[in-house]
Amino acid sequence: MSVVRIPPVLRTSTGGQKQVEVPGSTVREVIGGLVAAYPGLAPQLLAGDGDLNRFVNVFLNDTDVRHLQALDTPVAERDTVLLLPAMAGGADGTWDAAASRRTGTHGGFCSCPGRVARR
Amino acid sequence: MTTELLTGTPTTAKGRRSVMPAERIVGLRCRNCGRPEASGPNYVCPACFGPLEVAYDLELVGRLVDRATIAARPPGIWRYLELLPVAEPPRRGLRVGSTPLIAADRVGPTLGIDRLWIKDDTRNPSLSFKDRAVAIAATRALEFGLDALACASTGNLAGATAAAAAAVGLPAYVFIPADLEPAKIDHALAYGATVVPVDGTYDDVNRLCLEVADELGWGFVNVNLRPYYAEGSKTLAFEIAEALGWRLPDVVVAPIASGAMFTKLAKGFDELAAVGLIERTTVRFVGGQAAGCAPVAMAWASGAVDIEPVRTPDTIVRSLAIGNPADGRYSAELARATGGSIEAIPDVATADAIRRVATLEGIYPETAGGVTLAAAEAARRRGVIRDGDEVVALLTGNGLKTPDAVRFGLDDAAQAPARAGQPGLAPVIPPRFAAFESWLES
Repeated sequence: MSVVRIPPVLRTSTGGQKQVEVPGSTVREVIGGLVAAYPGLAPQLLAGDGDLNRFVNVFLNDTDVRHLQALDTPVAERDTVLLLPAMAGGADGTWDAAASRRTGTHGGFCSCPGRVARR
Repeated sequence: MTTELLTGTPTTAKGRRSVMPAERIVGLRCRNCGRPEASGPNYVCPACFGPLEVAYDLELVGRLVDRATIAARPPGIWRYLELLPVAEPPRRGLRVGSTPLIAADRVGPTLGIDRLWIKDDTRNPSLSFKDRAVAIAATRALEFGLDALACASTGNLAGATAAAAAAVGLPAYVFIPADLEPAKIDHALAYGATVVPVDGTYDDVNRLCLEVADELGWGFVNVNLRPYYAEGSKTLAFEIAEALGWRLPDVVVAPIASGAMFTKLAKGFDELAAVGLIERTTVRFVGGQAAGCAPVAMAWASGAVDIEPVRTPDTIVRSLAIGNPADGRYSAELARATGGSIEAIPDVATADAIRRVATLEGIYPETAGGVTLAAAEAARRRGVIRDGDEVVALLTGNGLKTPDAVRFGLDDAAQAPARAGQPGLAPVIPPRFAAFESWLES
């Protein structure tokens, strides 16, 4: 079993657990096993085609799996898999003179389980 | 640099003080799925894991501000308050922004560009553009009641975070790659920050900081405060437009590390047009990366949508040495969509550009500035910059932070510090006029 560390923003789907043990011999199998055990993670981790969401970065023992064999990277017993958000905060890349005017107006709020609060 | 008591809330259009200043800030919004989130130290959408960004009511902003109102305000980033994600300017803080736009008519022709402006952001309080972003993040950190200000840094952000934290009275924790330039480490230490060297690349540092930010109540300016922090770079766009008489240039050239600043320039121009402060015109976006760490340039050149991370950056341009840039994908898209380019610049060309702009314009940028100017030259050769184009190049950090770079590529003897015989450096002479005269004649 490998150990998967869960970031706070995903912990509502794992019942608050910071790390869980998941079977699998590749990163793909581990993530598949994780989603099978905690189906609430599916919309966060997987894209519409079932592949990994592009906003998720996966590290195996602190190495980005894109530097290894991506989702086919072998996972050994007691390896640690870490899931982290791929941060970004830029503007739409499609802006140009013909871009339509954006109002930037949005309504409604909801709570965020990933919030970092003062302790 | 001084910590100052800053002026209060600027008056709005027609002298009215904003009654509910935060009303124009709608909250956060996921840029992937569009889901709204409440303002807070959040950076990830809980629904889809996408990045959050600040949403404004731009229609309201358009009613609150006009050119005359801004012109009447004091210099600094807070003159554009209505387009920034803070309710009020901070009572204490560094005086950031309103850096000059300089007609570079000596170095411009050496790059093949006749109408070149340099946005000289080497002059901010901690000597880089990062002061803009950190000023916003520090303000929000105080509003959110966070315990400390922190960052993952390639160097410039370390100094900016440390300086801002000192100014507002928060402890600072700065995480850096252990092999960072000594001048940048000393800079952060001088402000009283705790510097945490990490045995790894910037991307290793960043990964660690993501975990630390998630577990501690600290305000990491470029992690859990990132949606606000990134907005600070828009002030570069606002200042460029205002300095040009409320219009846009044909081309903007900027360095790309994470890509946040590059893309926020576009957002800044976009918002100025949306609120009626400028007419919307096409700006081509040219980015510069070091050839030894050029994941965005490679994606742009190949047409790839996704960024292929660089595992081990190999360049003297430490401030741009991010192998897995957070906004890399959006930066490549921006260059493509606007007819710009992303140029990969060898270190030798970077050092040469630093020497050129220092000797021809009296502006001494750090390595990222050399990359920017060399990228402008490369884009001119490529035809992205055309005859008669008005070009703005952003020099975003001061050369005193990377003092060894200016000699890079010269012969070995010239690379040693404080060496006799270096071009321009006279030998030590006795304090007598005859000795000076003798040397001058020789």
